[in-house]
Amino acid sequence: MLMMSIARFALRRLIQAIPILIGVVAMNFVVANLAPGDMADVLAGEAGGASPEFLAEVRAKYGLDQPLILRFGLYMWNMFQLDLGYSFRYGVPVTELLLTHLWPTLLLMLTSILMAFGSGVVLGVLASRMVNRWPDYLISITSLIAYATPVFWLGLMMVVLFSVKLGWLPSSGMETISAGYTGLRRAVDILLHMIMPATILGLYLTAFYVRLMRASMLEVSGQDFVTTARSKGLSESAIAYRHVLRNAILPMVTMLGLQIGAMLGGAVLVETVFAWPGLGRLAYTAVFQRDLNLLLGLLFICAIMVIVINIMTEIAYRLIDPRIPMK
Amino acid sequence: MTDRRNSFLRRFLRHKAAVAGVLLLLVIVTMAASASIFYPQGPWKLAGRPLLWPVENPKFPLGTDVLGRDLLAALLYGAQVSLFIGLAATLVATVLGTFVGATAGYFGGAVDRIMMGFTEVFQTVPPFVLAVVVVAAFGPTLGTIVIAISLVSWPPLARLVRAQFLQLMPREFVQAATLMGMSDLRIILTQLLPNAMTPIVVSGSLMIASAILLEAGLSFLGLGDPNAMSWGYVIASGREVLRTDWYITALPGFAVLAAVLAINLVGEGLNDALNPRSRNR
Repeated sequence: MLMMSIARFALRRLIQAIPILIGVVAMNFVVANLAPGDMADVLAGEAGGASPEFLAEVRAKYGLDQPLILRFGLYMWNMFQLDLGYSFRYGVPVTELLLTHLWPTLLLMLTSILMAFGSGVVLGVLASRMVNRWPDYLISITSLIAYATPVFWLGLMMVVLFSVKLGWLPSSGMETISAGYTGLRRAVDILLHMIMPATILGLYLTAFYVRLMRASMLEVSGQDFVTTARSKGLSESAIAYRHVLRNAILPMVTMLGLQIGAMLGGAVLVETVFAWPGLGRLAYTAVFQRDLNLLLGLLFICAIMVIVINIMTEIAYRLIDPRIPMK
Repeated sequence: MTDRRNSFLRRFLRHKAAVAGVLLLLVIVTMAASASIFYPQGPWKLAGRPLLWPVENPKFPLGTDVLGRDLLAALLYGAQVSLFIGLAATLVATVLGTFVGATAGYFGGAVDRIMMGFTEVFQTVPPFVLAVVVVAAFGPTLGTIVIAISLVSWPPLARLVRAQFLQLMPREFVQAATLMGMSDLRIILTQLLPNAMTPIVVSGSLMIASAILLEAGLSFLGLGDPNAMSWGYVIASGREVLRTDWYITALPGFAVLAAVLAINLVGEGLNDALNPRSRNR
């Protein structure tokens, strides 16, 4: 019953998102057409120059000589079949490239979200208990600085400290491939590689969660139900986690939905710094090689991810608080 | 009027963090202004031995980079680039966002739906990724970078202006203006916009900070204007010698951090000073 209504809810939201996706495709089409040089020019460049006849032939073959509106229709049709064209630099279809690079990014993002949630709650509770004392100030100042720090730079500085100077953590990649680890040993290895990039990717989210948790703790601390809980003899930490967290968790989920686009953007920089083999790193290579087709495919897949994750946060929202209907 | 201004100043100054932000911002502006005075030959000149550490040679207080360019000169000129891009992109984004938000809020109905659909598309694609695609597609110049950053920065402002307009429209002074037969454009420009100015100014000031961060990220990926020495470029150029000469990467990062922090603090101070109701938060 619940599963059914969740499925129906998700389907309805997906249908509602179709106009937005059409808008994203239109945006891609505009960029692709305004950018100097079309696919025929790219092919000619790869081949080291080509005759005008060859260019005309290529344009006819890919329908580049058709009127704009027909081309847009064709483009839209291809996009919705997830046929995102061909990456001439890699020599494989864009969709294939994106799918192989999707999982590392999802793993990294999921880890950073969990880390942000955990550290945000703990530090926020700590700050509210020490309100207006030095740990509180320290946490506030740190989160202020976190908002102002360029993530990629922080990543490089952590590499200097933790990899070069201390030698604690690996500085790049997803695992030590040459070691040939399997099973649990491999999981630990991947986790070690993930600590720095995941911390940095979740930095803004952590800073926000700390502030939110602190504010929620301070807000409810004088309210009746907390006084009741105290008079029942519940410990302060039990109050914090059982009563306050329940109320703070909804805005946390909302914020996650709002931040997911920024996180995907941050992933481009963080994965570039740590050579993490995901979508972000792919974007960097695509920039480096001027592979516009691949970049546009990436933009499209990112938009789909934002939409899907937002639907998931909306479902989570309704599961956490059953008073909100699945509409 | 002077009374109002005085109390604004007092509230602003009472906010110690905001004052610290103003001082820090003054330092950054001085850096930008003094670049061509101290280093008239520009930041690209190969000035001395490469990879000199800070204070190793008094001629180069912050040392030199991989090619022997003076890092202090690079940071001073980088301040120019960051401030220019931050201001220019914010200006364009503010005009764009105000236009979209104002038309959507004022006309409502189908216009509103189209404008907001447009806004939602831009809010669905990750801002930084879109900026990367635009700059990569049209080539990295100061112009395309400004356009790319403003293209990804306007949507929140449009929503804000629209919300302000929706709140102001039913008020009597707006209805009086309509009854007087004022044109739509005149009502928007003389009645509504002046009353929506505060949130526009506050979010505009914070937008400068995020534009500086975006620019640093773009030039780190190699999408900076090749003729402009920017902080992000210096960070990226220090990467190949990160293990030994990490100061090349560290110094410009602190510059970005200081600039963004300063603007954020000033923005929050402005917010508190302009919104007396929220000052006791």
